Amino acid sequence: MRRLTLIAVPYLWLIALFLIPFAIVLKISLSDVALARPPYMPQLDITGGWVAIREFFAALDFENFWFLTTDDLYWKAYLSSLQIALLSTVLTLLVGYPIAYAMARAAPEWRPTLLMLVILPFWTSFLIRVYAWMGILSNEGLLNQFLLWLGVISEPLTILNTNTAVYIGIVYTYLPFMILPIYSALERMDDSLLEAAEDLGCSRLSAFWLVTIPLSKNGIIAGCFLVFIPTIGEFVIPSLLGGSETLMIGKVLWEEFFSNRDWPVASAVAVILLLILVIPIILFQRNEQKQREAEG
Amino acid sequence: MKRFSWFNATALTLGFAFLYIPMIILVVYSFNASKLVTVWAGFSTQWYGELIRNEEFLNAAWVTIKVAVISSTIATVLGTMGAYVLVRAGRFSGRTLFSGMIYAPLVMPEVITGLSLLLLFIGIGLDRGVLTIVLAHTTFSMCYVSVVVSSRLTTFDQSLEEAALDLGCSPFEAFRLVTLPIIAPAVISGWLLAFTLSLDDLVIASFTTGPSATTLPIKIFSAVRLGVSPEINALSTIMIGIVTVGVITASLVTKQAAVRQAREERMADRPA
Repeated sequence: MRRLTLIAVPYLWLIALFLIPFAIVLKISLSDVALARPPYMPQLDITGGWVAIREFFAALDFENFWFLTTDDLYWKAYLSSLQIALLSTVLTLLVGYPIAYAMARAAPEWRPTLLMLVILPFWTSFLIRVYAWMGILSNEGLLNQFLLWLGVISEPLTILNTNTAVYIGIVYTYLPFMILPIYSALERMDDSLLEAAEDLGCSRLSAFWLVTIPLSKNGIIAGCFLVFIPTIGEFVIPSLLGGSETLMIGKVLWEEFFSNRDWPVASAVAVILLLILVIPIILFQRNEQKQREAEG
Repeated sequence: MKRFSWFNATALTLGFAFLYIPMIILVVYSFNASKLVTVWAGFSTQWYGELIRNEEFLNAAWVTIKVAVISSTIATVLGTMGAYVLVRAGRFSGRTLFSGMIYAPLVMPEVITGLSLLLLFIGIGLDRGVLTIVLAHTTFSMCYVSVVVSSRLTTFDQSLEEAALDLGCSPFEAFRLVTLPIIAPAVISGWLLAFTLSLDDLVIASFTTGPSATTLPIKIFSAVRLGVSPEINALSTIMIGIVTVGVITASLVTKQAAVRQAREERMADRPA
């Protein structure tokens, strides 16, 4: 009895506030837009009995999904979200790996402090960390002032409101997610393996490629997924740092919903975004499971 | 530190410079006398004064803290229960669905979570405001709490609990007197995580709120969209300060607790 209550409370909460809302999104994505409150058709009226339920299901169709394929705004937005997510994952890896590597090689008494320094920005508001770059990247911003002062450029560069700013923002905000799993993989590494490789005639660089990188593979994979998955649906970064050229699906969904008030199309956009995300999420889960099994 | 030490030192210096310089600039320019955020015109605390007099920001801050405290507390209770179900309840029908529902919100794009909850609240005719934001935040942060607490529960020696039960504790007493003190650090960090997630959230709050309740992130976002403003810098500085003090205190406290626990375990292991 007690066990049943323990299971039932969180279970029912999640069904009511996670699963059912999803079913509603799915249902509305199959509905038509209507000038009513709420602004979609058909409405389910259970009091009408069987006939009403049949009519309700008959009125659902895939029209919104067809609409998404006809208007190239949408598939372009999906593609460019994937592209931005992919490229910024690679960039985050390139920036994050050396930091994680250096942290794992630092003296043991320094490591907790370094770790805290990486985690600290993660606790700071995401919005504020993105905002911090607006003042740096703008035309009169500090980066341009600095470059002009150095004499590297003679005209201020336009960085804010371009895709470059979006990449910088993503790398900056998601860096801790890349560093932490790689660090924890590298920290566990046995140094004697590197010495063995060098004794057997490897150069330092090839020992790094042949020993260190493969041993940190799981950390790299975990870090990449932790950056890639949330970036696809990112909204704050493209809307504050990106410009009109920046097409990302999270922003499109937001505008479809708040500006165009087209709920059925917004729901259809959400359903497809989720279908795209299912693949990396399953791959990620598998990687985690494999790692747990290897450890356990 | 023997290998590539110049390389390591450069990587760490550049890496931490990249992580911290933007925030330091933000803090420095919050004390700028000029309205132009990019031109330094001398030291001044006037933006902090304006911030304190700005009632909209104060109201939003109050709403945000209220939502964060309530939602993270409920999320901690529900999330700890969820962790128990994941680790201890054994097999029951629908377990796969349950663990799916715990892990899915962690990777769900915020826009989708927000949209789906909004459609639910409209569907059942719930007025949007503080209550709906609390419900939304509780739902996604309880999943984070579950993950944090369940990782502690899996490493926890169950025989301690069984001993308490054998000695006549009721299951609830065994939980309160034995299990809870041991998993407490995980429960507290779960609460802190839930609290920060709620404090930080812009997207889900924007979807689920109504005109009656504006949170600080919503307020900041609408101000920032128009461009950089020294008042927001001042606000950011205050928030960064609070987080820094909080994280450093928390890490010192957990370090002390770990030292104490290690000592106690050593004492317990010593043969009498």
